[in-house]
Amino acid sequence: MLIKRPSDIPASEITPHGVWLRRREFIRAAASGVGLVAAGGLLLPWDQTQGVETTVKPPGRGQPIPGLKPSAFSTDEAPTDYADITSYGNFTEFGSNKGDPARYAGALETRPWTLVVDGECEAPGRIGIEDILSGFTQEERIYRLRCVETWAMVIPWVGFPLGDLLARFKPTAKAKYVAFETLFNPKQMHGQKRQVIDWPYREGLRMDEAMHPLTILATGLYGETLPNQNGAPLRLVVPWKYGFKSIKSIVRIRFSAKEPPTAWNMLQPDEYGFYANVNPQVDHPRWSQRRERMVGAGIFARKKETKMFNGYADQVAGLYAGMDLKRFF
Amino acid sequence: MMRMTPERLVPIAKPLVFLLCLVPLGLLVAGAVADDLGANPVEAITHATGEWALRLLLLTLAMTPLKRLIGRPWPIRFRRMLGLFAFFYAALHLLTYLWLDQGFDGQAIIEDVVKRPYITVGFAAFVLLVPLALTSTRARMRRLGRRWQTLHRAIYAIGILGVLHYLWLVKADLREPLIYALVLAVLLLARLPFGRLGTAGRRLAGLLAVPERDRG
Repeated sequence: MLIKRPSDIPASEITPHGVWLRRREFIRAAASGVGLVAAGGLLLPWDQTQGVETTVKPPGRGQPIPGLKPSAFSTDEAPTDYADITSYGNFTEFGSNKGDPARYAGALETRPWTLVVDGECEAPGRIGIEDILSGFTQEERIYRLRCVETWAMVIPWVGFPLGDLLARFKPTAKAKYVAFETLFNPKQMHGQKRQVIDWPYREGLRMDEAMHPLTILATGLYGETLPNQNGAPLRLVVPWKYGFKSIKSIVRIRFSAKEPPTAWNMLQPDEYGFYANVNPQVDHPRWSQRRERMVGAGIFARKKETKMFNGYADQVAGLYAGMDLKRFF
Repeated sequence: MMRMTPERLVPIAKPLVFLLCLVPLGLLVAGAVADDLGANPVEAITHATGEWALRLLLLTLAMTPLKRLIGRPWPIRFRRMLGLFAFFYAALHLLTYLWLDQGFDGQAIIEDVVKRPYITVGFAAFVLLVPLALTSTRARMRRLGRRWQTLHRAIYAIGILGVLHYLWLVKADLREPLIYALVLAVLLLARLPFGRLGTAGRRLAGLLAVPERDRG
């Protein structure tokens, strides 16, 4: 464990300038959100005696994560069933079918797990998963998730702001982007034996996107540690972007001066952009993005209209002011 | 006592094959009723009906090569039923898309058919299947005479369009659609007249034999 002094970083260094300028907006958003969560807590008081402050009931399938804080950024929409979240998804490292991750991710060993952080920063280093779990205040964040394939879920993540972790490694002024890498281990991730994707899976964010308070590193789901098929032990969650941006089972984070290459963009640049913001006005070449199917809604449920930035426009639209989102899709 | 040749078994086998062809539908209905089709049942129904349409289409296309291979005519007697079941599952596949997936939203559907190549070819394959299903009765066959066969050669194009539909919708892992493409290619190649195929084979063997001699 090489991280020693997290306390004495001035706020101006942690908060990117753009966010800092719009701090009142965040305070407002947070204030209204707190009201909602408080109301939700009154309406849905599940067993408070266990001391886990989640609005969802942990299913008892993983290790409970103690001392969870509720978040003003959580949606009050009903979460998708745990069984659906953990049985349906894309994690190509374990196969190309949606059921493959649940079937094969058991082979992944998530302890010990070390995250390497390097690149354009003053304090490159590594940090173990236990120190990540104990060193950052874990929050419950109930977020909408929208897949580029047009299905959607509401997921009660457990996690903490990515910015909190990044700040500890003191990115320099040259750090304009953050690059992420998934574990490469074909023995445990059998899908990596075939070159479906140019392994390891890679993703990236612009620095201001990475520092945005909505962007989290998730360590859990439904109040418990992440199941392997959902990207254990540590994954990114960027709720206003299509799901493939939210890279799973991360082993490396690198600060970069240039826009880093990203896995799906390398494979099909005309279909998957670097930004990949949820945008009902910009179609994927093979399907319309105007509507989405809520997983768990049933066979006869109609699709829902997809919202700009997946409904997070109030918080994030400012990041892209003046950008042509058709070009930077 | 009569000898039980395969031809005599056809009348018994036909109802069995008919019931067998209904099994995928039965499983889907049972799964839907029991809410056991996974997290995204609409997708599960779409995929299952599409895959069975394609499988039955390939089975239909396999009957002629099979007849030649075993030198007996009985496979041809299953061809119409298999073809009609391919049409049946293709119709269910299309209906799933129009109803459960798109909710009969005409504008969205037209946009899909026009703008998305994999939907365009899938839709074209279905449109081409319709006249084949409508002219599948013996009476129509007799009435159309030689033109019936010309019309029903559209099945080759339908096979190719169906496989393209699958290939173009897959994101990255082409393995499964490529298996269908390979089977289709074998079934289409098997239709080349055997004489010509034999000549081509001998010529190929001759070419391959050259380095053999040179090696010595």
